[in-house]
Amino acid sequence: MNNNLISVKDVSVEFDYQENFFSKKQKIQAVKNVNLNIKKGSFMGLVGESGSGKTTLGRAILAANHISSGQVIFHDEQNDYDLANISKKDLKDYRKKAQLIFQDPYAALSPRMTVRDILAEPLEVMKITKTREETDERVRVIASKCRLNLEHLRRYPHAFSGGQRQRISIARALVSNPQFIVADESVAALDVSIQADILNLLKALQKDLNLTYLFISHDLSVVAHTCDEVAVMYLGRIVEHAPTRELFSNPKHPYTKALLSSIPSIDPDKQNKAIELKGEIPSSMNPPSGCVFHTRCQYVNENCKKTVPQLEKLNGSDHQVSCLRINEI
Amino acid sequence: MRLILIETNSYMTNLLEIKNLNVEFDTDEGRILAVNNLSLSLKEGEVLGIVGESGSGKSVTAKSIMQLNPGNTHYKDGGEIIIDDENALKFNSTKDLKKIRGGKVSMIFQEPMASFAPAIKIGHQMVEQLLLHKSIDKKEAKNISIDMLNRVGIADADKRFNQYAFELSGGMRQRAMIAMALSTMPKLLLADEPTTALDVTIQAQVLDLIKSIVKEYKMGVIFITHDLGVIAQTADYVAVMYLGCIVESGPVREIIKNPKHPYTIGLLEALPDVNNLDVPLKPVPGNIPSPLERPSGCVFHTRCNLYEEGKCNIEFPELKNYSVNHQVACLKVNNNE
Repeated sequence: MNNNLISVKDVSVEFDYQENFFSKKQKIQAVKNVNLNIKKGSFMGLVGESGSGKTTLGRAILAANHISSGQVIFHDEQNDYDLANISKKDLKDYRKKAQLIFQDPYAALSPRMTVRDILAEPLEVMKITKTREETDERVRVIASKCRLNLEHLRRYPHAFSGGQRQRISIARALVSNPQFIVADESVAALDVSIQADILNLLKALQKDLNLTYLFISHDLSVVAHTCDEVAVMYLGRIVEHAPTRELFSNPKHPYTKALLSSIPSIDPDKQNKAIELKGEIPSSMNPPSGCVFHTRCQYVNENCKKTVPQLEKLNGSDHQVSCLRINEI
Repeated sequence: MRLILIETNSYMTNLLEIKNLNVEFDTDEGRILAVNNLSLSLKEGEVLGIVGESGSGKSVTAKSIMQLNPGNTHYKDGGEIIIDDENALKFNSTKDLKKIRGGKVSMIFQEPMASFAPAIKIGHQMVEQLLLHKSIDKKEAKNISIDMLNRVGIADADKRFNQYAFELSGGMRQRAMIAMALSTMPKLLLADEPTTALDVTIQAQVLDLIKSIVKEYKMGVIFITHDLGVIAQTADYVAVMYLGCIVESGPVREIIKNPKHPYTIGLLEALPDVNNLDVPLKPVPGNIPSPLERPSGCVFHTRCNLYEEGKCNIEFPELKNYSVNHQVACLKVNNNE
């Protein structure tokens, strides 16, 4: 019995890039050989710096990006969807089952539609409901789950604050009754006091509606507080993947360690010294040879520049690390 | 220890003193109060952090110091921003304004791409402002600029000098921005969310850089951010703002370890802490009110858990001493002394 909702097998995503009309076409490797299983009902976190490919991976799982090689399988009760070669008919079905919550609640909602129309649109487009009464009923139910009242449904988005708008975005994503949600930086644009409210709402909805999340974020403390499992990405590769507590208390990969040490502590007496990473994230147009992190790693040796490390389980546990020198450092 | 610090500090004169600043904006829907009766002061070598959510007036306060607010801004009479015994709010000639803008005061913005002119080389922009503010020739200005770029940790500074802003990465651009802001040796640096757009690893580098430069040049810094973690690691003093008012202020250690205002307490509880995963996140209830519908009495009363009918919605709380140095604007918090 397979309890994974999504299995990502050896997936790479490449984009063509041409600086101008006359120059040679190049390939950008946004995601490279990623393996990732998302269990049913889990709150999976995906962290990394900008340019690490986390959004591209999220979009590939939603079939919103092409998949250059590898397989993404969505395991439904009835049948499995192979997203790399999905038929048009299946894709329409899949859209009902997997949805996306965007980062910016100000850009994601049409200013010309009332909240009711925003929430009803997916139902009408996907032909989920037959009559207007049925649509209205569905909209009301999902709105109340996202703590929007009837009065709110008549208004336009401009009348709402950032937190309320994000609740509308969440309601819109959930109205088609999906099983899987990708939340791409969904609290990054919100103030701290509101952010906690949205995170708690996502958690409550997960229990209520049996959802599985892929939560993409650059904010490690948010991920630590909400996710069950975390995968850390660097330059298109997953470098470490572990249950949240294990990852934060016992980080193994030098990149994860540097990342965790960079979080400014709220305690002014705890001046934790950030492990400084030399330079910046290399271009994904010509990624470093061997281990992609070797240009910034303090433990680098000759072997790291040649051999590509694989994501391997640590002593048979759930903790997976991709580092050649994991046993020495 | 702290008392001694205050004693020595009190002999130093204030670099900046803001008294009763009121800033209003005219909009289509009416006049909005953005900053309400704000007073603060800053000494040499001090870092003052201003925290608050969007719409709390922290950026408007900083921009008032350099008079960078848009044309629909009104500064109410009686407000003063004193830099070197002069009221900067009274400046209206270009000559006077030049003294503060880029001269005595420099500003670093959140989005460095938007602060550099895209079609002019970085070096040219740095030299231009140096020539405006210092009586030096072009060659000297170039040397100072390249030296400054080196100081902020930009490799191949002489090469970068001849590049455009889009050719640099985000972290590098922010460093170049800092180099440019510091090259005229301002007495006061205004940093408006300088690390918000950066990744954590780059943020750590930039924060270290700002800290070391401040120490070296003994500048005063106003550091604006919504991230309390960043404040805890960089600032000496902190002022918490809500809807244009300072609701609590004091030394950073005191405010974070012993917060008194319900809003500060709420902010700290809403903040996810990596070192303490068992504590559930507690949002501050409700939403930030629209600036057009400013609550009566205490502006925070609509979201406060200590709210008392007939008191908090009528009376406006003044910022009062809670203990030495620690001030709170709340009707429900009693003086500690």
